[in-house]
Amino acid sequence: MEDQNKNMIKAVCYHCGEDLPKVKYQIDDKEFCCAGCLGVFKILSDNNLCNYYVYNNNPGQQLKSESHLEYLDEPKIITQLLDYRHESSSIITFYIPAIHCSSCIWLLEHLYKIDPAIFSSRIDFLKRQVTINFNHEGISLRKLVETLNHIGYEPLISLQDVVKEHKNSVDKALVLKIAVAGFCMGNVMLFSFPEYFGLSSFEKQFQSLFGWLNLAFSIPVAFYCGRDYSTSAITSIKHKHINLDTPLALIIAVLFLRTAFEVIFSLGPGFADTLTGLVFLLLMGKYLKQRTYHHISFNRDYRSYFPIAVTTLLNGKEKPVSINEINVGDRLWIRNGELVPADSILMKGDAWMDMSFVTGESQPVHKVLGEIIYAGGRQTSEAIELEVIKPVSQSYLTELWNKDNYKNNSDRQNFNDSVAKYFSIGVFIIAFSATAYWLFKNDSHKAWSAFTAVIIVACPCVLALSTPFTLSAILSVMDKKGFYVKNTDAVEELAKCDTIIFDKTGTLTSSENAEIRFSGALNQDESIIVASLLRNSTHPLSRHILKALNVDQYYSLTDYQEVIGKGLTAVISNHNIYAGHLSMLPIGIQADSETGVHIVIDRSYKGYFEIKHQWRLGLAQLILKLQKFSLQVLSGDTDKDFWMLQTIFSNSTIIRFKQSPHQKLNSILELQQGGNKVIMLGDGLNDAGALKQSDFGIAITDNINNFTPGCDAILKGSSLNFLPDFIQLSKDGMKIIKVSFAIAIAYNCIGIYSAVQGTLYPLVAAILMPVSTITIISFTTLATRWYARKNKLI
Amino acid sequence: MNILYFLVGCSVLMALIFLGAFVWAYKTGQNDDTHTPGIRILFDDDIVGEKSEEDHFSS
Repeated sequence: MEDQNKNMIKAVCYHCGEDLPKVKYQIDDKEFCCAGCLGVFKILSDNNLCNYYVYNNNPGQQLKSESHLEYLDEPKIITQLLDYRHESSSIITFYIPAIHCSSCIWLLEHLYKIDPAIFSSRIDFLKRQVTINFNHEGISLRKLVETLNHIGYEPLISLQDVVKEHKNSVDKALVLKIAVAGFCMGNVMLFSFPEYFGLSSFEKQFQSLFGWLNLAFSIPVAFYCGRDYSTSAITSIKHKHINLDTPLALIIAVLFLRTAFEVIFSLGPGFADTLTGLVFLLLMGKYLKQRTYHHISFNRDYRSYFPIAVTTLLNGKEKPVSINEINVGDRLWIRNGELVPADSILMKGDAWMDMSFVTGESQPVHKVLGEIIYAGGRQTSEAIELEVIKPVSQSYLTELWNKDNYKNNSDRQNFNDSVAKYFSIGVFIIAFSATAYWLFKNDSHKAWSAFTAVIIVACPCVLALSTPFTLSAILSVMDKKGFYVKNTDAVEELAKCDTIIFDKTGTLTSSENAEIRFSGALNQDESIIVASLLRNSTHPLSRHILKALNVDQYYSLTDYQEVIGKGLTAVISNHNIYAGHLSMLPIGIQADSETGVHIVIDRSYKGYFEIKHQWRLGLAQLILKLQKFSLQVLSGDTDKDFWMLQTIFSNSTIIRFKQSPHQKLNSILELQQGGNKVIMLGDGLNDAGALKQSDFGIAITDNINNFTPGCDAILKGSSLNFLPDFIQLSKDGMKIIKVSFAIAIAYNCIGIYSAVQGTLYPLVAAILMPVSTITIISFTTLATRWYARKNKLI
Repeated sequence: MNILYFLVGCSVLMALIFLGAFVWAYKTGQNDDTHTPGIRILFDDDIVGEKSEEDHFSS
């Protein structure tokens, strides 16, 4: 057993848990998969930080390639990033996507052991943030970020500084309001008890004391906790439309006035208990609505993809400049792996642009001098020089976000508001007709009490509660299955949708389990030669292929050359070997694939390695289940997979290829103008505009820490097969809400029956309110669970 | 039974103190991160060097 365990531990890298290649890196009986992991281990062991490996097995991350950090020396950029700066100490908050376990917390909170100038560091685990307090005379910001990079925790510093965007999900003021309302409610209930049970004669002296106390507790509830309702009601009346807050504000006002009136003139106990209970419950409903996943960001735009700074050339000198300060005519210096931040013209160098961010096309595109390179492209070979022709904010890509045709969230009418209008009108009609009846009978006292009683009883608190309770229960069910919806309103939108549009790359295919395929033939000796060449490169593709080759020995090599992003060449045991892009090979070849890593040994072509994206599992069944919806596929890629898609989808499905981001957006617009409600599933920046325009945008990702474009929901790739169930559950949720309305109306009829007679005692109101509320809340919760089980989501 | 006046006053005052304590705790950010401290408490202490660990844990 122990031997087995040993073997288990031995088989993976001690630092990151990746499978070990046949030839390992070793240090004091620990094995590593690459020099990077070994390096991190060395740093940690030198600083006596090996506890990092105690809390979890293989907690580390593989190092990515080095990034250029010169811009962190620019004072202007430093001040943009720092939270606080004092004489000698600074505080900065970084967003670090790699944080994932307790070892990360332990290590990042012991940074001071690596560099004494770091005074302290604290992690917020859910937000994946670290706040570092350091002495900027002892360690520069750049040095600090380099230190983090060296131990494998690269902070993500982007133009839209993620860190400053994060706010706590629930607004702080609301929690304080709930606290005050709950406090007042508890006390008022306490002082109302004698009233409920009837006062004996000698306790009568306390009646007015309790009355006044209740009134005192109602004041903060009505004027502080319930303030939002009255302001919202006043603004909505100004705009000549009624929302749900209008009747609620009216009820709060009537309850308060009547309580004050009864207490001051010693007419009775008033309705303080109903008032405080109502406001407390309403605020709880609001709280549930607001509570969302603050550790996931739904509102990303292009700025979170763009770096904060870019290297410009000034009279031939490199100078890092903050992206906001780039002007037309500036010369940019874009290195391998860097993003082009603004539309520009290629002036110098060999550009191989990976435009997958923009078009979804995975093959690098070759650009010649003088061609326009759009923002969002990533350079994959040597450094190039560009001249900016449009400022960042007006680039082709960023225009996607600045379109003015996006639906405004305020004109999304949710079910509640549409019902609220009729509800309020109904209540008013009943209240006024009851008043008129009693006035006609010359009983003004009864008229007044009937009017207030109707308004109190016909409380639409159910309207305000059933929706958030139902939908937040649904949210938590979906959440457990890896479907994170932005908020409760979005669930209502999801229930209305009838059309589903898929992007292909990354949505229908998965980026996780790509497999390396070799077209051609290599014998054992040639495999070793290829592996010996590739092991010298840090390019991710080289690593993948190396793992696939799985050889157990290497030859030594001479004349090694790497043309970044294009390929490698070397002399190994008297063979000239080339591996890389077609344009790099010494002989012209008609290969049947543009992409991939082509291998040439001694001027004879051996074949090429390529990465095949896999279709997601269970796709055919998923499409079968979604037959009720009209489906479309819009891909930015070439049509090489057309036949495959044809077999999965039915013949009526529209499948379009080579769609630009703008074309995707326009397709959705057309559908919406035709009266359809559209769900869009996409993954990349090239779907961002479409995701935003659609009625319900779902960003699909295999790793939640990865960047996703702004959307209404984030879906784990592994949960894609549950999509029909999720949509069905949201529809069922709307059913539950409608049934709870029926229950509420039944209660209201009982209440109104006694209210119109002008004989509603506070006791009746005090009992009816909580009973109806408890019924509704338990009904929605149970019904939601039942439907979730029916849809096999629990 | 007049003692009730005093007792009611006491109970309201106590409740107000608790409410005030909650508001203070909330405003000073005690509920901002409810996840990490639960993990942090499980870490073992290292052997303390010349400098005390305490110095490095500012809130």
